[in-house]
Amino acid sequence: MIRAVGKPLEEIIHMVQDFDKILLAGCDGCVTVCEAGGLKETKVLGSALRLHFTQAGQNKVIDETTLTRQCDKEYVGLLRDTIDNYDVVVSLACGAGAQFVVDMYKDKVVFPGVDTCFIGVTEERGWYTERCQACGRCILADTGGICPIARCSKRMLNGPCGGSEAGKCEVSPEMPCGWQLIYDRLKTLGQLDRFENPVDPKDWTSSRDGGIRKIMREDLRI
Amino acid sequence: MRLQYPPDVRIIQVPCTGKVDILHLLTAFEEGADGVFVAGCLEGDCHFIEGNLHAKRRVTRVKEILDQVGIGGDRLEMYNLSAGQGGRFAEIAREMDQKIRDLGPSPIRVAKGGGVQGEVAA
Amino acid sequence: MSYMEFSTPSKLQKILQAGHFAVTSEVGPPRSADGKVIEEKAHLIKDYVDGINVTDNQTSVCRLCSLASCIRLKLMGLEPVLQMVTRDRNRIALQSDILGAASFGINNILCLTGDHQHFGDHANCVNVFDLDSIQLIQTVRMMRDEGRLIGGHEFQAKPQMFIGAAANPFAGPNVELRLARLAKKANAGVQFIQTQCIYNMDIMRTFMKMMVDRGLHEKVAILAGITPMKNVGMARYMQKRVPGIDVPEEVVERLKGVPKEKQPEEGINIAVDQIEELKEMEGIRGFHIMAIEWEEKVPEIVERTGLYPRPKVNGG
Repeated sequence: MIRAVGKPLEEIIHMVQDFDKILLAGCDGCVTVCEAGGLKETKVLGSALRLHFTQAGQNKVIDETTLTRQCDKEYVGLLRDTIDNYDVVVSLACGAGAQFVVDMYKDKVVFPGVDTCFIGVTEERGWYTERCQACGRCILADTGGICPIARCSKRMLNGPCGGSEAGKCEVSPEMPCGWQLIYDRLKTLGQLDRFENPVDPKDWTSSRDGGIRKIMREDLRI
Repeated sequence: MRLQYPPDVRIIQVPCTGKVDILHLLTAFEEGADGVFVAGCLEGDCHFIEGNLHAKRRVTRVKEILDQVGIGGDRLEMYNLSAGQGGRFAEIAREMDQKIRDLGPSPIRVAKGGGVQGEVAA
Repeated sequence: MSYMEFSTPSKLQKILQAGHFAVTSEVGPPRSADGKVIEEKAHLIKDYVDGINVTDNQTSVCRLCSLASCIRLKLMGLEPVLQMVTRDRNRIALQSDILGAASFGINNILCLTGDHQHFGDHANCVNVFDLDSIQLIQTVRMMRDEGRLIGGHEFQAKPQMFIGAAANPFAGPNVELRLARLAKKANAGVQFIQTQCIYNMDIMRTFMKMMVDRGLHEKVAILAGITPMKNVGMARYMQKRVPGIDVPEEVVERLKGVPKEKQPEEGINIAVDQIEELKEMEGIRGFHIMAIEWEEKVPEIVERTGLYPRPKVNGG
């Protein structure tokens, strides 16, 4: 899923300070799972903002809501009846959801309440790691199921580099070397011969380098 | 034990401090509490194993938030003691009460034009 | 692919083909527009080496570019080795720079992936890594032998590049994989290798033996990397803080065993001893002396190891 972290409170305070009627909109999707923008976090933000503005002598309306998702029109559409009561919306959904609110309510000021980080997994509660860079052309079959685009700091296809040491990346001793992981896995699978054949340069057109992306599934469209 | 502790300490009982949520703590301050303390079992002795450890990290988080919003994180504290330490509880209550008196009324009460009577929630 | 075949005008290649030990060294460009620095450093070492590497924004510190420096060396009548990392340039720029270098008659290239930018002075930047070192080797080979770019365009005036890369027998995960990677580079077209600086002779010996067992030493010329230590501090720093470098404790002890003012001299002694030992190791075809900010010691090292004067070859 998409992983995000809540923006610093200071930053959100600064964003909304000139507005009087604030709606905080959380999302029950990915940001709930990584505890960044779900119902709980939205309420905590609401409380924190009320405390701040009250002690500062400012009277603001600060309301909280969540939507099932903010990346589907059916759910974002549910704000239709109440959104005009507010002059700003802080969306705690990921960047995609926040932008969809903008798409559907074009005259509303919408601010992001979280920093969207990556596509990743839950190692343990509170510990999330990146696994996929959405390059659009998956090569996991060739690398023992471990992605070098997401998990090698240099996104090498013919790794590891000369800075790989004791299974760690040269960037940080806490960072596992993606190619060490691939090597270990290919060894387990008996596929080490893959290491002798050069892999050709990647076609990056399917990733963001190819331009703004979309998927058109004609089989799903009427 | 019939020990004395200040009358403006309001006690809210929970089966375990692990039940105390970040929102409960923040709401207490929103409602005008001048101070809050969370009294949980001694570390390692939690009846529900880790409840007091969850409480500890939540208290830490709320202290940070209180600092960031101009209330002040020292209005919230976590204490650990056993159920049998009645004397210690009274001592904590007095200590916290004095500390909050020294800090003065919560900025929320001041902003809302609140009365003289203060409160510490435990 | 072999350094004996696919001949180019490269003087470095000719030295190796003639069966001599090759000697290369490097100059680091300045962090300013002062081209004279390159000239001065080159003058210190030019009579003692067959090729002069110019580093390419090494450790991600922005410096006067390798290409401009190599052109300057070429115009001085010297033999540059263009180091090229894939961290900062995409395939368009890399191929473009190769054409540019070749247009000045530069005949040696060292294909590298490059240190991650967090080491350098612009840690906030984006990195490119459109290609890695192995794909760069393939690209140079294709440009040289087929007159073709990755995108398919074909051309006549081809770069005549002697293709090199780096190898690090001391990096993870193990020597077997580092050798497999060397084999992969050989398959991609590499002809010579400059290794990371060597202090752990046991690992080097194991690596070379594996290489010889596979017959790779007949295809790829290994130039052993040598970096003289100035003092114990430098030895410790390299041991603890530089990834991919293995400094055994005995080396540090040897430096510690002499008084501080004698440590630089002992560092040179260690380098000389290493070269003498490596000369006897099968598969070692030369030495790449990286005397970082100590270029003035290169002549002494080359002289004391019997590698001076440098042999003359046709066209060299």
